[in-house]
Amino acid sequence: MAYTEEELKKELETKEYEYGFYTDIESDTFPNGLNEEIVIAISKKKQEPEWMTLWRLESFKIWKEMVEPEWANVKYKKPDFQAISYYSAPNKKPKYDSLDEVDPELLDTFKKLGISLDEQKKLAGVAVDIVMDSVSVATTFKKTLAEKGIIFCSISEAIKEHPELVKKYIGSVVPQKDNFYAALNSAVFSDGSFCYIPKGVRCPMELSTYFRINQAGTGQFERTLVIADEGSYVSYLEGCTAPSRDENQLHAAVVELIALDNAEIKYSTVQNWFPGNKDGKGGVYNFVTKRGLCEKNAKISWTQVETGSAITWKYPSCILKGDNSIGEFYSIAVTNNYQQADTGTKMIHLGKNTKSTIISKGISAGKSQNSYRGLVQVNSRAENARNFSQCDSLLMGNECGAHTFPYIEVKNKSAQIEHEATTSKIGEDQIFYCNQRGINTEKAIALIVNGFSKEVLNKLPMEFAVEAQKLLEISLEGSVG
Amino acid sequence: MLKINNLYARVDDKEILKGINLTVNAGEVHAIMGPNGSGKSTLAAVIAGKEEFEVTEGEVFLEGENLEDTSPEDRAHKGIFLSFQYPIEIPGVSVTNFMKTAINESRKAKGLEEMPAKDMLKLIREKSEMLEIDRKFLSRSLNEGFSGGEKKRNEIFQMAMLEPKLAILDETDSGLDIDALRIVANGVNKLKSKDNAVIVITHYQRLLEYIVPDFVHVLHNGRIVKSGTKDLALELEEKGYDWLKQETVL
Repeated sequence: MAYTEEELKKELETKEYEYGFYTDIESDTFPNGLNEEIVIAISKKKQEPEWMTLWRLESFKIWKEMVEPEWANVKYKKPDFQAISYYSAPNKKPKYDSLDEVDPELLDTFKKLGISLDEQKKLAGVAVDIVMDSVSVATTFKKTLAEKGIIFCSISEAIKEHPELVKKYIGSVVPQKDNFYAALNSAVFSDGSFCYIPKGVRCPMELSTYFRINQAGTGQFERTLVIADEGSYVSYLEGCTAPSRDENQLHAAVVELIALDNAEIKYSTVQNWFPGNKDGKGGVYNFVTKRGLCEKNAKISWTQVETGSAITWKYPSCILKGDNSIGEFYSIAVTNNYQQADTGTKMIHLGKNTKSTIISKGISAGKSQNSYRGLVQVNSRAENARNFSQCDSLLMGNECGAHTFPYIEVKNKSAQIEHEATTSKIGEDQIFYCNQRGINTEKAIALIVNGFSKEVLNKLPMEFAVEAQKLLEISLEGSVG
Repeated sequence: MLKINNLYARVDDKEILKGINLTVNAGEVHAIMGPNGSGKSTLAAVIAGKEEFEVTEGEVFLEGENLEDTSPEDRAHKGIFLSFQYPIEIPGVSVTNFMKTAINESRKAKGLEEMPAKDMLKLIREKSEMLEIDRKFLSRSLNEGFSGGEKKRNEIFQMAMLEPKLAILDETDSGLDIDALRIVANGVNKLKSKDNAVIVITHYQRLLEYIVPDFVHVLHNGRIVKSGTKDLALELEEKGYDWLKQETVL
């Protein structure tokens, strides 16, 4: 089939969500609505210490006073926060020693997603802490990690087992009052992951978490806290898919990274939540606050491949507090049909000789809107700060939009800031050139998109890069052939 | 090899080809010359199956098969290769990766397995040496930031890799200095055999000193107005196209 603009459009529209299924596992679900009792009940359900309950209540008070932000370049019907149930946990809870004990239906779900725990254990050397609707049901490789003194567990467990670490760092990078969704998350977060790498330890494997939203109408509020102590290194992977649903599902996660002196954290995300069907119905609302703090000589690197969600509102950021610290942001955001993404980063230069790099690749198709929003801020004391930003947009068809909102605030004369932006369109000429060499249109689009995204894909860990590449093709290609 | 019967083609409402007749046999080199806007590049694109052009009348046959409903990629699989006048940039896709994809797609269409990496490397080494191409060049993004000469040489490299039955070189000489021209022409000459055919589209006689045609056709206003041997090219060089325009009844 040869390519015309019309045909490409049709192809793009006919791709339905591949992972649209729903697991029927009995759940322990709270009634809809949010008030102090619910916040206390969540905390109680999770057998949390009093300080945590109080912290949640404080967050709830802050949240009540806040209004939902409207500055993002997205349009949607605001969720009714009183119509959401704030807690849902798979019923047959307690932790398992082996996978055999896990609900077979749950395992089947993982299989459909292509997540084989065993395989991952063996082949990839990845310890997986799976969050199935809020509560961790399986944790592997804990022993190997424990030998190195690495703590990798659910945040609920960490609150109980390592309260001194959680107490010290939770809310230290993303304060409760930071924004509307962060405050909400702080009040009602259900579960998430916790990771601590001790001084001088290099984490021997990629740590990985799969998130999944499963209960109809249940908001998912993850809380992730990663602490890399002085001179340590960790690479953390996060990937997710969700079942296809008609009503909108709210997701408001908070991720906090702390890289102490000379530490390095690499945080990679592949996000494939249900984006809504081709008429723009349903889909996940993804309002996420991700931020990392770098102390002296520390480095934080965010890499994300965003293909899912109906609405994405997400700005993984770095606070470069320590001298010589480095922040990096590599992003591919794909929007198709009626998806809307407003995503980017903030690089806050506080320390001397701090460096940041931003590479953002936006790919828009269908009737979607894809915005890059980024802030580079250089504080008055940040001598010799350097930033390089590159924002590239690729358009497919005539009905989508790509937007770039770069903000640059510089208060120190020694700063060097570079910003490059390009917008291109997959042209009929490119497609014909590929066709003439024997490459069909579908393959040609995949080739062009992969080429466009290469700089970012290269930043992902190997096993993730392959998955991400596949995901890009799935998200953009039609059912041709 | 190629047979074109009374071919008419248009883009939008503009008629560009107005009754082309051409027969190219295996082992032959044909040159198509003509002034700007005479329809040379359109003819090349129509043979390659570019859908922007609507064929309103006539047929194109490759080895006896009517190509009417054949997609550009299938025409490529059947052995048609077009060296573009303006090769297209594809950022982030290396020359090697592009060729690997192209070769394997063609093999897939023929029901063959993917070419083993070892064979692919060998082929790349062989062909890049033949065309005096530095292999570092092959890891660069396709045509991105290439000089005019590099782009054209890369087209011929692709031709060498794909080993087409019918190669159409659309203004391959434009933008080439004399050394690059010699290398490109040598490449084409080495690839020439009794089993394949080449159509050289050019403005100038210069390229034809290196790739010697068996036949020369002059295209004017969508028609072949004169055919002859390579001497016709020399005559054109000397007299320009005007005498032909006057000579031909339009």
